[in-house]
Amino acid sequence: MAEEPGVVNPAVRVRGLTRLYGTRTVLDGIDLDMARGEFIALLGHSGSGKSTLLRALTGLDHDTSGHGELRVPDRRAVVFQDARLLPWKRVAANVTLGMRDTDARRRGQQALDEVGLSAHARAWPGRLSGGEQQRAALARALIRNPELLLADEPFGALDALTRLQMHALLRTLHARHRPAILMVTHDVDEAVLLADRVLLLDRGRITLDRTIGMPSPRDPATPAFADHRTAFLTALGISPQDRQQNTSGTKN
Amino acid sequence: MPPTAPDNALAERAHQRRTARRYPGRRRPTSRPPQARHGLRLGPKPRLPFAGAVGTLLLLGVWALASATGTLSPRTLAPPWTVPGTFWHLWTREGLAQHVAASLRLALASLAIGVAAGLVLALLSGLSRVGDALIDGPVQVNRSIPWYVLVPVAISALGIGDTMKTTMIALGVYLPVYLNTHAALRRIDARYVELAESLGLSRWTFVRAVVLPGALPGFFLGLRLATTSSWLALVIIEQINATRGLGYLMNQAQSYGQDDVVIVLVVLYTLLGLISDFLLRALERRALSWQRSLGS
Repeated sequence: MAEEPGVVNPAVRVRGLTRLYGTRTVLDGIDLDMARGEFIALLGHSGSGKSTLLRALTGLDHDTSGHGELRVPDRRAVVFQDARLLPWKRVAANVTLGMRDTDARRRGQQALDEVGLSAHARAWPGRLSGGEQQRAALARALIRNPELLLADEPFGALDALTRLQMHALLRTLHARHRPAILMVTHDVDEAVLLADRVLLLDRGRITLDRTIGMPSPRDPATPAFADHRTAFLTALGISPQDRQQNTSGTKN
Repeated sequence: MPPTAPDNALAERAHQRRTARRYPGRRRPTSRPPQARHGLRLGPKPRLPFAGAVGTLLLLGVWALASATGTLSPRTLAPPWTVPGTFWHLWTREGLAQHVAASLRLALASLAIGVAAGLVLALLSGLSRVGDALIDGPVQVNRSIPWYVLVPVAISALGIGDTMKTTMIALGVYLPVYLNTHAALRRIDARYVELAESLGLSRWTFVRAVVLPGALPGFFLGLRLATTSSWLALVIIEQINATRGLGYLMNQAQSYGQDDVVIVLVVLYTLLGLISDFLLRALERRALSWQRSLGS
């Protein structure tokens, strides 16, 4: 990372984070500050360490060793690539899973309203489409009022059209609830479209860090968008010839 | 290019010519829904009506025919039409109802005890490492002991009364419940474990909301196997020092060569097995109604 952004009272503060699997270094001295409400997308090839960084922040990495400073808020929520709804619980019960508050039901209904699933509250998850399941997973994350939302390729398993709808939904939810979001993706356009800041992870280090600074909703056809896209694709080692296969400007 | 009407008509005529060649002399239906000529349908087709009963009825028919023509001597196997008459005789003269009730009581009591024991042991050893260390080893050893060789051991330890009989049937019942429930508890999907951790669930909530419902299909599998075992064990155990029950009647019929009574008893055991399986399936469908939303 080039310089200290100097965030006051950040949501996430990471300094010199190192993670090893056995003897293999997966994260190699990561420094990262996330402001409250900041939306960061994390790009990188498979094996670059993006998922490891995400898992370190979720606290789900039991079998790793390493060192470094890691400060994350207590109120965290995770959205996985698969919606991971319990098939034996109805959608509403999945959303409020583990919540003890007396008004959990009402809040569950409210969260389902927000993601447009209120009609499916009593459905079994197996009856929902992939996009609907992921909406339910978003509701399950949001109902916990997270200060930090961690999303591991949340739209990676969805078809292109559903993905566009989910992008709009995530933007809306982020604007309304303002959690800090760290979203792992390997889709450059998705990253530039949604995030305030996009990071590139390469062999366990952050090698590119760009603030997008365009008003939302963003138009992939603008030169500024193309500029960001080119920068990240080049850093990912995708040559201009490779890109010509795919001139439409949409998903790969 | 979208297909035009003449194209379709041409294709239709070509299809008719081909089918006529393939099925000479057979009339083609005059109208058929417009569709592309399809290849062989290789996937499973819907079951024929009453598919479950056809084979059984056919076998019964063969049996009846062989008995009627004398191919099957009544001394080898009593003819099937003796069953209603013999049944009526047993019911009105020999107090068949009490015998059935006695057998049912023994079987159900032992089944309940065995299922409860299997379930409790599976939970203890599936959910705690201490329980696993204490319980799983002995049960695996028990599994490799053929059930029948324990009969003399049980008789010398518990006598030949109902205590021994209940114990022996329960011993046959608890194993499938334990093995299948334990395996299901151990097989809990790592993704759900991760989810539970990320949601910060307490251990108890995790067990109640994730582990137990996830293991329920395994438990039901064990329960169905256990019920089958309980009837098998009942047949064997009942004949020891029997004074009442279906096993007693079976002993008597064997001693006096009443082949028709033996057949009636076999039919009764079959009905008990079929009815219990039917009830369990209904219970399972209710308890696991969420599963139907996955497959189809």
